Amino acid sequence: MRPFFEARHLGYTYPRGPLAVRDISLPVARASMTAVIGANGSGKSTFIRMLAGLLRPSSGEILLDGVALAKWPARLRAREIAFMPQATSTVFPFRVLDVVLSGRSPHVPQFRLESDADREIAMQALESAGAAHLADRYVSALSGGERQMVTLARALAQEPRLLLLDEPSTSLDLKHRATLMRTLARLREERGLSIIMITHDLQLTGSLFDSIVALCCGEVAAQGRPDEVLRSDLLARIYGEPNVRAQRIGEQTLVWIDA
Amino acid sequence: MSAKRILSLPQRLFRTLSLLTLLLIVSTAIGLAVGRQRLDVSGLLSDPFARTLFFELRLPRVLMAVLIGASLAVTGAALQALFRNPLADPYTLGVSGGGAFGASVAIGLGWSLRILGIPLVFFASFAGAMAAVLLVRAIARTGAVMLPGALLLSGVVVNLVSAAAVLTLQYLLDPSGALRILRWMIGSLDVVGLEPIGRMLLLLVPAWLALLALSKQLHLLAIDQDTAGTLGVNVARCETAAHMLCSLIVGVTVAAGGAIGFVGLIVPHAVRFLFGEDLRIVLPGSLLMGAAFLVLADALARTMLPSGELPVGAITGLLGGPAFLWLLRRRQQYTVV
Repeated sequence: MRPFFEARHLGYTYPRGPLAVRDISLPVARASMTAVIGANGSGKSTFIRMLAGLLRPSSGEILLDGVALAKWPARLRAREIAFMPQATSTVFPFRVLDVVLSGRSPHVPQFRLESDADREIAMQALESAGAAHLADRYVSALSGGERQMVTLARALAQEPRLLLLDEPSTSLDLKHRATLMRTLARLREERGLSIIMITHDLQLTGSLFDSIVALCCGEVAAQGRPDEVLRSDLLARIYGEPNVRAQRIGEQTLVWIDA
Repeated sequence: MSAKRILSLPQRLFRTLSLLTLLLIVSTAIGLAVGRQRLDVSGLLSDPFARTLFFELRLPRVLMAVLIGASLAVTGAALQALFRNPLADPYTLGVSGGGAFGASVAIGLGWSLRILGIPLVFFASFAGAMAAVLLVRAIARTGAVMLPGALLLSGVVVNLVSAAAVLTLQYLLDPSGALRILRWMIGSLDVVGLEPIGRMLLLLVPAWLALLALSKQLHLLAIDQDTAGTLGVNVARCETAAHMLCSLIVGVTVAAGGAIGFVGLIVPHAVRFLFGEDLRIVLPGSLLMGAAFLVLADALARTMLPSGELPVGAITGLLGGPAFLWLLRRRQQYTVV
Protein backbone atom coordinates (compact mmCIF):
# COMPACT_ATOMS: atom_id res chain seq x y z
CA MET A 1 0.00 0.00 0.00
CA ARG A 2 1.17 3.55 -0.70
CA PRO A 3 2.39 5.27 2.47
CA PHE A 4 0.41 8.34 3.60
CA PHE A 5 3.20 9.34 5.92
CA GLU A 6 6.87 9.09 5.21
CA ALA A 7 10.16 10.01 6.83
CA ARG A 8 13.00 10.40 4.33
CA HIS A 9 16.65 10.41 5.38
CA LEU A 10 16.03 12.25 8.64
CA GLY A 11 18.97 13.67 10.51
CA TYR A 12 19.10 15.70 13.68
CA THR A 13 21.89 17.43 15.58
CA TYR A 14 21.18 19.06 18.92
CA PRO A 15 22.48 22.62 19.21
CA ARG A 16 25.94 22.38 20.75
CA GLY A 17 25.26 18.69 21.12
CA PRO A 18 26.03 15.42 19.39
CA LEU A 19 24.54 14.11 16.21
CA ALA A 20 21.50 12.24 17.51
CA VAL A 21 19.97 10.97 14.31
CA ARG A 22 22.08 10.31 11.24
CA ASP A 23 19.87 8.87 8.55
CA ILE A 24 16.48 7.27 9.18
CA SER A 25 13.81 6.59 6.59
CA LEU A 26 10.43 5.08 7.36
CA PRO A 27 7.34 4.81 5.19
CA VAL A 28 4.06 4.35 7.07
CA ALA A 29 1.00 2.75 5.48
CA ARG A 30 -2.58 3.07 6.67
CA ALA A 31 -3.52 0.71 9.51
CA SER A 32 0.05 -0.40 10.08
CA MET A 33 1.86 -1.00 13.35
CA THR A 34 5.57 -0.30 13.56
CA ALA A 35 7.79 -0.80 16.57
CA VAL A 36 11.02 1.17 16.99
CA ILE A 37 13.62 -0.53 19.14
CA GLY A 38 17.22 0.24 20.02
CA ALA A 39 19.61 0.83 22.89
CA ASN A 40 19.39 3.91 25.10
CA GLY A 41 20.74 6.90 23.24
CA SER A 42 20.26 5.33 19.82
CA GLY A 43 18.12 8.26 18.69
CA LYS A 44 14.67 6.74 19.13
CA SER A 45 13.12 9.62 21.05
CA THR A 46 14.71 12.26 18.87
CA PHE A 47 13.36 10.44 15.83
CA ILE A 48 9.81 10.21 17.13
CA ARG A 49 9.84 13.83 18.33
CA MET A 50 10.69 14.88 14.79
CA LEU A 51 7.77 12.84 13.50
CA ALA A 52 5.55 14.55 16.09
CA GLY A 53 6.65 17.96 14.83
CA LEU A 54 8.32 18.90 18.13
CA LEU A 55 11.80 18.96 16.58
CA ARG A 56 12.59 20.27 13.13
CA PRO A 57 14.87 17.84 11.28
CA SER A 58 18.35 19.13 10.47
CA SER A 59 18.27 17.15 7.27
CA GLY A 60 15.79 15.07 5.32
CA GLU A 61 12.03 15.55 5.19
CA ILE A 62 8.77 14.26 6.58
CA LEU A 63 5.76 14.01 4.30
CA LEU A 64 2.13 13.76 5.33
CA ASP A 65 -0.17 13.15 2.36
CA GLY A 66 2.72 14.18 0.16
CA VAL A 67 3.08 17.60 1.81
CA ALA A 68 6.04 18.49 4.01
CA LEU A 69 5.08 18.33 7.68
CA ALA A 70 6.51 21.80 8.32
CA LYS A 71 4.10 23.20 5.72
CA TRP A 72 1.04 21.85 7.54
CA PRO A 73 -0.77 24.38 9.74
CA ALA A 74 -0.15 23.23 13.32
CA ARG A 75 -3.82 22.72 14.10
CA LEU A 76 -4.56 20.65 11.02
CA ARG A 77 -1.48 18.56 11.66
CA ALA A 78 -2.70 17.96 15.22
CA ARG A 79 -5.86 16.39 13.81
CA GLU A 80 -3.79 13.86 11.90
CA ILE A 81 -0.92 13.02 14.25
CA ALA A 82 -1.10 12.45 17.99
CA PHE A 83 1.90 11.95 20.22
CA MET A 84 2.09 10.23 23.57
CA PRO A 85 5.30 11.40 25.26
CA GLN A 86 7.25 9.26 27.71
CA ALA A 87 6.02 11.32 30.63
CA THR A 88 3.90 14.39 31.09
CA SER A 89 4.63 16.64 34.01
CA THR A 90 1.42 18.45 34.77
CA VAL A 91 2.08 20.69 37.74
CA PHE A 92 -1.39 22.11 38.28
CA PRO A 93 -4.20 19.95 39.65
CA PHE A 94 -6.15 19.56 36.43
CA ARG A 95 -8.93 17.00 36.39
CA VAL A 96 -8.28 13.95 34.26
CA LEU A 97 -11.30 14.61 32.08
CA ASP A 98 -10.07 18.16 31.38
CA VAL A 99 -6.68 16.85 30.29
CA VAL A 100 -8.28 14.30 27.98
CA LEU A 101 -10.62 16.99 26.69
CA SER A 102 -7.56 19.03 25.69
CA GLY A 103 -7.03 16.38 23.00
CA ARG A 104 -10.13 17.76 21.32
CA SER A 105 -8.66 21.25 20.99
CA PRO A 106 -7.39 20.85 17.40
CA HIS A 107 -10.99 20.10 16.41
CA VAL A 108 -12.50 23.07 18.28
CA PRO A 109 -12.33 26.59 16.78
CA GLN A 110 -10.06 29.08 18.59
CA PHE A 111 -12.79 30.98 20.42
CA ARG A 112 -15.13 28.09 21.16
CA LEU A 113 -15.22 25.77 24.10
CA GLU A 114 -15.50 21.99 23.82
CA SER A 115 -19.06 20.77 23.23
CA ASP A 116 -20.94 17.88 24.84
CA ALA A 117 -20.04 15.79 21.80
CA ASP A 118 -16.34 16.47 22.49
CA ARG A 119 -16.87 15.46 26.08
CA GLU A 120 -18.50 12.23 24.91
CA ILE A 121 -15.49 11.46 22.71
CA ALA A 122 -13.16 12.21 25.63
CA MET A 123 -15.07 9.80 27.86
CA GLN A 124 -14.91 7.10 25.19
CA ALA A 125 -11.17 7.67 24.85
CA LEU A 126 -10.79 7.26 28.61
CA GLU A 127 -12.73 4.02 28.43
CA SER A 128 -10.58 2.76 25.55
CA ALA A 129 -7.48 3.48 27.59
CA GLY A 130 -8.95 1.60 30.53
CA ALA A 131 -9.00 4.75 32.63
CA ALA A 132 -12.69 5.70 32.80
CA HIS A 133 -12.59 5.33 36.57
CA LEU A 134 -10.03 8.15 36.79
CA ALA A 135 -12.18 10.80 35.05
CA ASP A 136 -12.81 12.91 38.15
CA ARG A 137 -9.39 12.51 39.74
CA TYR A 138 -6.62 15.11 39.67
CA VAL A 139 -3.74 14.26 37.30
CA SER A 140 -1.24 15.70 39.75
CA ALA A 141 -2.24 13.00 42.22
CA LEU A 142 -1.93 10.02 39.87
CA SER A 143 0.77 7.40 39.71
CA GLY A 144 3.13 7.17 36.73
CA GLY A 145 1.17 4.31 35.18
CA GLU A 146 -2.17 6.05 35.65
CA ARG A 147 -0.76 9.17 34.03
CA GLN A 148 0.34 7.14 31.05
CA MET A 149 -3.21 5.85 30.68
CA VAL A 150 -4.54 9.41 30.81
CA THR A 151 -1.98 10.58 28.26
CA LEU A 152 -2.98 7.72 25.98
CA ALA A 153 -6.64 8.71 26.36
CA ARG A 154 -5.76 12.30 25.49
CA ALA A 155 -3.97 11.16 22.33
CA LEU A 156 -6.92 8.95 21.37
CA ALA A 157 -9.34 11.84 21.90
CA GLN A 158 -7.49 13.64 19.11
CA GLU A 159 -8.85 10.95 16.74
CA PRO A 160 -5.65 10.98 14.69
CA ARG A 161 -4.71 8.92 11.69
CA LEU A 162 -1.22 8.35 13.06
CA LEU A 163 -0.45 7.69 16.70
CA LEU A 164 3.13 8.05 17.93
CA LEU A 165 3.99 6.50 21.26
CA ASP A 166 7.26 6.93 23.14
CA GLU A 167 7.65 3.95 25.48
CA PRO A 168 4.00 3.87 26.46
CA SER A 169 4.20 0.73 28.54
CA THR A 170 7.14 1.47 30.86
CA SER A 171 5.06 2.17 33.96
CA LEU A 172 2.05 0.06 33.05
CA ASP A 173 1.15 -3.12 34.90
CA LEU A 174 0.42 -6.32 33.00
CA LYS A 175 -3.31 -5.72 32.81
CA HIS A 176 -2.91 -2.22 31.40
CA ARG A 177 -0.21 -3.34 29.01
CA ALA A 178 -2.72 -5.83 27.66
CA THR A 179 -5.38 -3.11 27.52
CA LEU A 180 -2.99 -0.83 25.63
CA MET A 181 -2.13 -3.45 23.02
CA ARG A 182 -5.76 -4.54 22.63
CA THR A 183 -6.92 -0.95 22.23
CA LEU A 184 -4.28 -0.19 19.61
CA ALA A 185 -5.12 -3.36 17.68
CA ARG A 186 -8.83 -2.53 17.80
CA LEU A 187 -8.37 1.08 16.65
CA ARG A 188 -6.22 -0.08 13.79
CA GLU A 189 -8.95 -2.53 12.80
CA GLU A 190 -11.89 -0.13 13.23
CA ARG A 191 -10.47 3.23 12.19
CA GLY A 192 -7.43 2.32 10.17
CA LEU A 193 -5.19 3.99 12.76
CA SER A 194 -1.47 3.71 12.06
CA ILE A 195 0.88 3.31 14.97
CA ILE A 196 4.57 3.92 15.55
CA MET A 197 5.71 2.85 18.97
CA ILE A 198 9.07 3.08 20.67
CA THR A 199 9.47 0.24 23.07
CA HIS A 200 12.00 -1.64 25.16
CA ASP A 201 9.40 -4.27 25.78
CA LEU A 202 10.40 -6.75 23.09
CA GLN A 203 7.75 -9.25 24.17
CA LEU A 204 5.13 -6.70 23.10
CA THR A 205 6.55 -6.50 19.63
CA GLY A 206 5.95 -10.14 18.83
CA SER A 207 2.73 -10.82 17.00
CA LEU A 208 0.87 -7.51 16.72
CA PHE A 209 3.39 -5.45 14.81
CA ASP A 210 3.79 -5.55 11.06
CA SER A 211 7.35 -4.36 11.17
CA ILE A 212 10.15 -3.48 13.51
CA VAL A 213 12.77 -0.80 12.97
CA ALA A 214 15.94 -1.33 14.98
CA LEU A 215 18.04 1.79 15.49
CA CYS A 216 21.69 1.88 16.33
CA CYS A 217 23.69 5.11 16.66
CA GLY A 218 21.05 7.17 14.88
CA GLU A 219 20.80 4.86 11.93
CA VAL A 220 18.56 2.00 10.89
CA ALA A 221 20.40 -1.19 11.77
CA ALA A 222 17.62 -3.53 10.69
CA GLN A 223 14.10 -3.20 9.41
CA GLY A 224 11.54 -5.87 8.65
CA ARG A 225 8.93 -8.28 9.97
CA PRO A 226 9.26 -9.16 13.67
CA ASP A 227 10.64 -12.62 12.91
CA GLU A 228 13.28 -11.07 10.65
CA VAL A 229 14.51 -8.55 13.19
CA LEU A 230 14.09 -10.38 16.48
CA ARG A 231 17.07 -12.68 16.03
CA SER A 232 19.73 -13.39 18.58
CA ASP A 233 22.63 -12.16 16.45
CA LEU A 234 20.89 -8.95 15.34
CA LEU A 235 19.71 -8.06 18.84
CA ALA A 236 23.14 -8.77 20.27
CA ARG A 237 24.61 -6.31 17.77
CA ILE A 238 21.95 -3.62 18.28
CA TYR A 239 22.11 -3.65 22.06
CA GLY A 240 25.81 -4.46 22.27
CA GLU A 241 24.99 -7.37 24.57
CA PRO A 242 26.30 -10.76 23.42
CA ASN A 243 24.00 -12.80 25.68
CA VAL A 244 20.67 -11.71 24.19
CA ARG A 245 18.66 -14.67 22.97
CA ALA A 246 15.53 -14.66 20.83
CA GLN A 247 13.44 -17.66 19.98
CA ARG A 248 10.27 -18.02 18.03
CA ILE A 249 7.48 -20.03 19.64
CA GLY A 250 4.47 -20.21 17.34
CA GLU A 251 3.34 -16.60 16.66
CA GLN A 252 5.36 -15.15 19.54
CA THR A 253 9.03 -14.37 19.86
CA LEU A 254 10.58 -14.83 23.26
CA VAL A 255 13.52 -12.60 24.10
CA TRP A 256 15.68 -13.07 27.17
CA ILE A 257 19.18 -12.56 28.52
CA ASP A 258 21.22 -15.68 28.91
CA ALA A 259 23.06 -15.07 32.16
CA MET B 1 -21.50 8.58 34.40
CA SER B 2 -19.81 10.58 37.12
CA ALA B 3 -18.46 13.17 34.69
CA LYS B 4 -21.99 14.36 33.93
CA ARG B 5 -22.21 15.90 37.38
CA ILE B 6 -19.70 18.54 36.43
CA LEU B 7 -21.18 21.57 34.70
CA SER B 8 -20.23 21.97 31.08
CA LEU B 9 -17.48 24.46 30.25
CA PRO B 10 -19.69 27.25 28.86
CA GLN B 11 -21.89 26.98 31.95
CA ARG B 12 -18.86 27.17 34.23
CA LEU B 13 -17.49 30.16 32.34
CA PHE B 14 -20.80 31.98 32.48
CA ARG B 15 -21.30 31.28 36.17
CA THR B 16 -17.77 32.38 37.04
CA LEU B 17 -17.89 35.59 35.07
CA SER B 18 -21.33 36.64 36.35
CA LEU B 19 -20.38 35.97 39.97
CA LEU B 20 -17.13 37.88 39.66
CA THR B 21 -18.73 40.77 37.79
CA LEU B 22 -21.19 41.07 40.65
CA LEU B 23 -18.28 41.04 43.10
CA LEU B 24 -16.55 43.78 41.14
CA ILE B 25 -19.68 45.95 41.10
CA VAL B 26 -20.18 45.55 44.84
CA SER B 27 -16.54 46.26 45.68
CA THR B 28 -16.47 49.28 43.37
CA ALA B 29 -19.53 50.63 45.17
CA ILE B 30 -17.81 50.10 48.51
CA GLY B 31 -14.59 51.67 47.24
CA LEU B 32 -16.48 54.73 46.03
CA ALA B 33 -18.45 55.12 49.25
CA VAL B 34 -15.76 54.79 51.91
CA GLY B 35 -12.98 57.24 52.66
CA ARG B 36 -12.23 60.05 55.02
CA GLN B 37 -15.07 61.97 53.43
CA ARG B 38 -18.15 59.80 53.34
CA LEU B 39 -19.93 60.40 50.06
CA ASP B 40 -23.52 59.63 49.21
CA VAL B 41 -25.69 60.20 46.18
CA SER B 42 -27.69 63.13 47.56
CA GLY B 43 -24.47 64.89 48.58
CA LEU B 44 -23.07 64.41 45.09
CA LEU B 45 -26.14 66.03 43.57
CA SER B 46 -26.26 69.06 45.86
CA ASP B 47 -22.68 69.75 46.98
CA PRO B 48 -20.18 70.95 44.35
CA PHE B 49 -17.26 70.23 46.71
CA ALA B 50 -18.38 66.64 47.11
CA ARG B 51 -18.71 66.41 43.34
CA THR B 52 -15.18 67.62 42.76
CA LEU B 53 -13.87 65.27 45.41
CA PHE B 54 -15.71 62.39 43.80
CA PHE B 55 -14.71 63.01 40.19
CA GLU B 56 -11.18 64.29 40.72
CA LEU B 57 -10.01 61.99 43.49
CA ARG B 58 -12.30 59.17 44.58
CA LEU B 59 -13.45 57.86 41.22
CA PRO B 60 -10.01 58.06 39.55
CA ARG B 61 -8.46 56.26 42.49
CA VAL B 62 -10.98 53.44 42.44
CA LEU B 63 -10.62 53.13 38.66
CA MET B 64 -6.86 53.04 39.08
CA ALA B 65 -7.25 50.17 41.55
CA VAL B 66 -9.49 48.40 39.04
CA LEU B 67 -6.95 48.77 36.24
CA ILE B 68 -3.91 47.82 38.25
CA GLY B 69 -5.57 44.97 40.12
CA ALA B 70 -6.98 43.48 36.94
CA SER B 71 -3.65 43.85 35.13
CA LEU B 72 -1.50 42.27 37.81
CA ALA B 73 -3.88 39.37 38.36
CA VAL B 74 -4.30 38.53 34.69
CA THR B 75 -0.55 38.63 34.06
CA GLY B 76 -0.01 36.50 37.16
CA ALA B 77 -2.40 33.88 35.82
CA ALA B 78 -0.73 33.97 32.40
CA LEU B 79 2.80 33.75 33.79
CA GLN B 80 1.88 30.81 36.01
CA ALA B 81 0.58 28.94 33.00
CA LEU B 82 3.46 30.00 30.79
CA PHE B 83 6.12 28.83 33.22
CA ARG B 84 4.01 26.01 34.66
CA ASN B 85 4.88 27.33 38.06
CA PRO B 86 2.25 28.13 40.70
CA LEU B 87 4.60 30.58 42.40
CA ALA B 88 5.13 32.77 39.34
CA ASP B 89 3.74 36.29 39.29
CA PRO B 90 4.95 39.67 37.99
CA TYR B 91 6.52 40.35 41.36
CA THR B 92 8.25 37.03 42.06
CA LEU B 93 9.61 36.79 38.52
CA GLY B 94 11.20 40.21 38.71
CA VAL B 95 9.03 41.66 35.94
CA SER B 96 7.72 44.37 38.25
CA GLY B 97 11.25 45.08 39.46
CA GLY B 98 12.57 45.45 35.93
CA GLY B 99 9.66 47.70 35.05
CA ALA B 100 10.21 49.79 38.17
CA PHE B 101 13.83 50.34 37.23
CA GLY B 102 12.90 51.35 33.70
CA ALA B 103 10.25 53.72 35.01
CA SER B 104 12.54 55.32 37.58
CA VAL B 105 15.18 56.04 34.97
CA ALA B 106 12.56 57.91 32.96
CA ILE B 107 11.07 59.65 35.99
CA GLY B 108 14.40 60.51 37.59
CA LEU B 109 15.71 62.07 34.42
CA GLY B 110 12.48 64.00 34.17
CA TRP B 111 11.64 62.81 30.69
CA SER B 112 8.24 64.30 30.12
CA LEU B 113 8.38 63.36 26.49
CA ARG B 114 5.37 61.73 24.91
CA ILE B 115 5.11 59.51 21.89
CA LEU B 116 1.64 59.50 20.34
CA GLY B 117 0.31 60.97 23.57
CA ILE B 118 1.80 58.17 25.64
CA PRO B 119 4.32 59.23 28.28
CA LEU B 120 7.82 57.91 27.77
CA VAL B 121 7.69 56.45 31.28
CA PHE B 122 5.42 53.72 29.97
CA PHE B 123 7.91 52.76 27.30
CA ALA B 124 10.86 52.79 29.69
CA SER B 125 8.94 50.64 32.14
CA PHE B 126 7.88 48.24 29.39
CA ALA B 127 11.48 47.93 28.26
CA GLY B 128 12.63 47.21 31.82
CA ALA B 129 9.92 44.58 32.31
CA MET B 130 10.73 42.94 28.99
CA ALA B 131 14.43 42.81 29.81
CA ALA B 132 13.63 41.18 33.15
CA VAL B 133 11.44 38.51 31.51
CA LEU B 134 14.07 37.69 28.92
CA LEU B 135 16.82 37.51 31.50
CA VAL B 136 14.90 35.33 33.94
CA ARG B 137 13.77 33.05 31.14
CA ALA B 138 17.26 32.71 29.71
CA ILE B 139 18.72 31.82 33.10
CA ALA B 140 16.04 29.32 34.11
CA ARG B 141 15.86 27.48 30.80
CA THR B 142 18.16 24.59 30.07
CA GLY B 143 17.27 23.12 26.72
CA ALA B 144 13.51 22.63 26.66
CA VAL B 145 13.17 22.39 30.43
CA MET B 146 12.36 25.34 32.66
CA LEU B 147 13.81 24.83 36.11
CA PRO B 148 11.23 26.06 38.63
CA GLY B 149 13.76 26.79 41.36
CA ALA B 150 16.12 28.69 39.08
CA LEU B 151 13.17 30.64 37.71
CA LEU B 152 12.11 32.01 41.07
CA LEU B 153 15.64 32.56 42.30
CA SER B 154 16.61 34.55 39.24
CA GLY B 155 13.36 36.51 39.67
CA VAL B 156 14.35 37.35 43.22
CA VAL B 157 17.81 38.41 42.11
CA VAL B 158 16.44 40.58 39.30
CA ASN B 159 14.18 42.27 41.84
CA LEU B 160 17.04 42.90 44.25
CA VAL B 161 19.33 44.23 41.55
CA SER B 162 16.57 46.49 40.23
CA ALA B 163 15.85 47.83 43.70
CA ALA B 164 19.56 48.50 44.20
CA ALA B 165 19.75 50.17 40.82
CA VAL B 166 16.81 52.43 41.65
CA LEU B 167 18.48 53.35 44.92
CA THR B 168 21.78 54.08 43.19
CA LEU B 169 19.97 56.19 40.65
CA GLN B 170 18.40 58.22 43.43
CA TYR B 171 21.82 58.97 44.91
CA LEU B 172 23.35 59.84 41.57
CA LEU B 173 20.58 62.19 40.53
CA ASP B 174 20.06 65.75 41.72
CA PRO B 175 17.68 66.07 44.67
CA SER B 176 14.65 66.97 42.58
CA GLY B 177 15.04 63.86 40.43
CA ALA B 178 15.50 61.68 43.48
CA LEU B 179 12.41 63.19 45.05
CA ARG B 180 10.37 62.53 41.92
CA ILE B 181 11.35 58.86 42.05
CA LEU B 182 10.60 58.67 45.76
CA ARG B 183 7.18 60.23 45.33
CA TRP B 184 6.43 57.89 42.46
CA MET B 185 7.44 54.85 44.49
CA ILE B 186 5.18 55.86 47.36
CA GLY B 187 2.47 57.37 45.20
CA SER B 188 0.84 54.04 44.40
CA LEU B 189 -2.81 54.50 43.49
CA ASP B 190 -3.05 58.24 44.04
CA VAL B 191 -4.14 59.92 40.86
CA VAL B 192 -5.85 63.21 40.13
CA GLY B 193 -8.47 63.45 37.43
CA LEU B 194 -9.59 60.95 34.86
CA GLU B 195 -7.10 61.81 32.13
CA PRO B 196 -4.28 59.45 33.25
CA ILE B 197 -6.84 56.66 33.52
CA GLY B 198 -7.81 57.20 29.91
CA ARG B 199 -4.17 56.99 28.81
CA MET B 200 -3.73 53.72 30.65
CA LEU B 201 -6.92 52.26 29.23
CA LEU B 202 -5.64 52.99 25.76
CA LEU B 203 -2.72 50.63 26.31
CA LEU B 204 -4.16 48.15 28.75
CA VAL B 205 -7.45 47.18 27.16
CA PRO B 206 -5.93 45.98 23.86
CA ALA B 207 -3.21 44.12 25.77
CA TRP B 208 -5.76 42.45 28.04
CA LEU B 209 -7.85 41.39 25.09
CA ALA B 210 -4.82 40.04 23.25
CA LEU B 211 -3.79 38.05 26.32
CA LEU B 212 -7.33 36.69 26.77
CA ALA B 213 -7.29 35.69 23.12
CA LEU B 214 -4.33 33.43 23.96
CA SER B 215 -6.16 31.67 26.78
CA LYS B 216 -6.72 28.47 24.85
CA GLN B 217 -3.02 28.22 24.03
CA LEU B 218 -2.07 29.07 27.61
CA HIS B 219 -4.49 26.42 28.84
CA LEU B 220 -2.75 23.77 26.74
CA LEU B 221 0.68 25.04 27.80
CA ALA B 222 -0.34 24.86 31.47
CA ILE B 223 -1.21 21.19 31.04
CA ASP B 224 2.05 20.24 29.36
CA GLN B 225 4.44 21.96 26.98
CA ASP B 226 5.19 18.98 24.74
CA THR B 227 1.56 18.07 24.52
CA ALA B 228 0.65 21.64 23.62
CA GLY B 229 3.22 21.46 20.82
CA THR B 230 1.47 18.46 19.30
CA LEU B 231 -2.02 19.87 19.84
CA GLY B 232 -1.56 22.68 17.36
CA VAL B 233 0.02 25.33 19.60
CA ASN B 234 3.01 27.14 18.13
CA VAL B 235 4.80 27.11 21.48
CA ALA B 236 7.62 29.52 20.67
CA ARG B 237 5.35 32.10 19.07
CA CYS B 238 2.79 31.85 21.84
CA GLU B 239 5.45 32.25 24.54
CA THR B 240 6.92 35.29 22.86
CA ALA B 241 3.52 36.92 22.44
CA ALA B 242 2.54 36.22 26.04
CA HIS B 243 5.87 37.54 27.35
CA MET B 244 5.52 40.76 25.39
CA LEU B 245 1.93 41.27 26.47
CA CYS B 246 2.71 40.58 30.13
CA SER B 247 5.67 42.96 30.02
CA LEU B 248 3.53 45.64 28.41
CA ILE B 249 0.76 45.29 30.97
CA VAL B 250 3.11 45.15 33.94
CA GLY B 251 5.17 48.01 32.51
CA VAL B 252 2.14 50.26 32.27
CA THR B 253 0.85 49.38 35.73
CA VAL B 254 4.26 49.80 37.34
CA ALA B 255 4.83 53.11 35.61
CA ALA B 256 1.50 54.33 36.88
CA GLY B 257 1.26 52.80 40.30
CA GLY B 258 4.64 51.48 41.40
CA ALA B 259 5.31 47.82 42.12
CA ILE B 260 2.43 46.35 44.08
CA GLY B 261 3.24 42.86 45.23
CA PHE B 262 1.43 39.56 45.32
CA VAL B 263 -1.87 40.54 43.67
CA GLY B 264 -0.80 38.47 40.69
CA LEU B 265 -0.08 35.55 42.96
CA ILE B 266 -3.05 35.35 45.31
CA VAL B 267 -5.85 36.24 42.92
CA PRO B 268 -5.25 33.58 40.23
CA HIS B 269 -4.95 30.97 42.96
CA ALA B 270 -8.21 32.07 44.53
CA VAL B 271 -9.89 31.90 41.12
CA ARG B 272 -8.49 28.44 40.48
CA PHE B 273 -9.48 27.24 43.90
CA LEU B 274 -13.04 28.47 43.44
CA PHE B 275 -13.68 27.85 39.76
CA GLY B 276 -11.25 25.18 38.53
CA GLU B 277 -8.01 25.10 36.56
CA ASP B 278 -9.19 25.83 33.04
CA LEU B 279 -7.22 28.87 31.87
CA ARG B 280 -10.09 29.99 29.68
CA ILE B 281 -11.94 30.58 32.95
CA VAL B 282 -8.96 31.52 35.11
CA LEU B 283 -7.72 34.37 32.86
CA PRO B 284 -10.94 36.41 32.60
CA GLY B 285 -11.82 35.40 36.16
CA SER B 286 -8.50 36.77 37.44
CA LEU B 287 -9.03 40.00 35.53
CA LEU B 288 -12.33 40.61 37.34
CA MET B 289 -11.32 39.32 40.72
CA GLY B 290 -7.98 41.16 40.67
CA ALA B 291 -9.83 44.42 40.07
CA ALA B 292 -12.26 43.72 42.91
CA PHE B 293 -9.47 42.62 45.22
CA LEU B 294 -7.34 45.72 44.79
CA VAL B 295 -10.34 48.04 45.11
CA LEU B 296 -11.19 46.41 48.44
CA ALA B 297 -7.57 46.35 49.59
CA ASP B 298 -7.32 50.06 48.75
CA ALA B 299 -10.57 50.82 50.57
CA LEU B 300 -9.08 49.06 53.57
CA ALA B 301 -5.82 50.98 53.22
CA ARG B 302 -7.68 54.28 53.14
CA THR B 303 -9.82 53.61 56.19
CA MET B 304 -7.76 51.41 58.48
CA LEU B 305 -5.81 54.14 60.23
CA PRO B 306 -7.64 56.78 62.30
CA SER B 307 -5.71 59.45 60.43
CA GLY B 308 -3.81 59.20 57.14
CA GLU B 309 -3.66 56.05 55.08
CA LEU B 310 -1.56 52.97 54.49
CA PRO B 311 0.03 52.32 51.09
CA VAL B 312 -2.04 49.65 49.38
CA GLY B 313 1.14 47.65 48.73
CA ALA B 314 1.42 47.13 52.47
CA ILE B 315 -2.00 45.50 52.57
CA THR B 316 -1.37 43.25 49.56
CA GLY B 317 2.05 42.36 50.95
CA LEU B 318 0.65 41.44 54.35
CA LEU B 319 -1.96 39.23 52.73
CA GLY B 320 0.23 37.91 49.92
CA GLY B 321 3.38 37.01 51.83
CA PRO B 322 1.69 34.35 53.97
CA ALA B 323 -0.26 33.11 50.96
CA PHE B 324 3.03 32.65 49.08
CA LEU B 325 4.54 30.68 51.96
CA TRP B 326 1.45 28.49 52.17
CA LEU B 327 1.71 27.77 48.45
CA LEU B 328 5.40 27.03 48.78
CA ARG B 329 4.56 24.44 51.40
CA ARG B 330 1.87 22.93 49.19
CA ARG B 331 4.12 23.07 46.17
CA GLN B 332 6.20 20.33 47.73
CA GLN B 333 3.24 18.05 47.21
CA TYR B 334 3.09 18.89 43.52
CA THR B 335 5.08 16.82 41.11
CA VAL B 336 8.74 17.63 41.01
CA VAL B 337 9.53 18.81 37.52
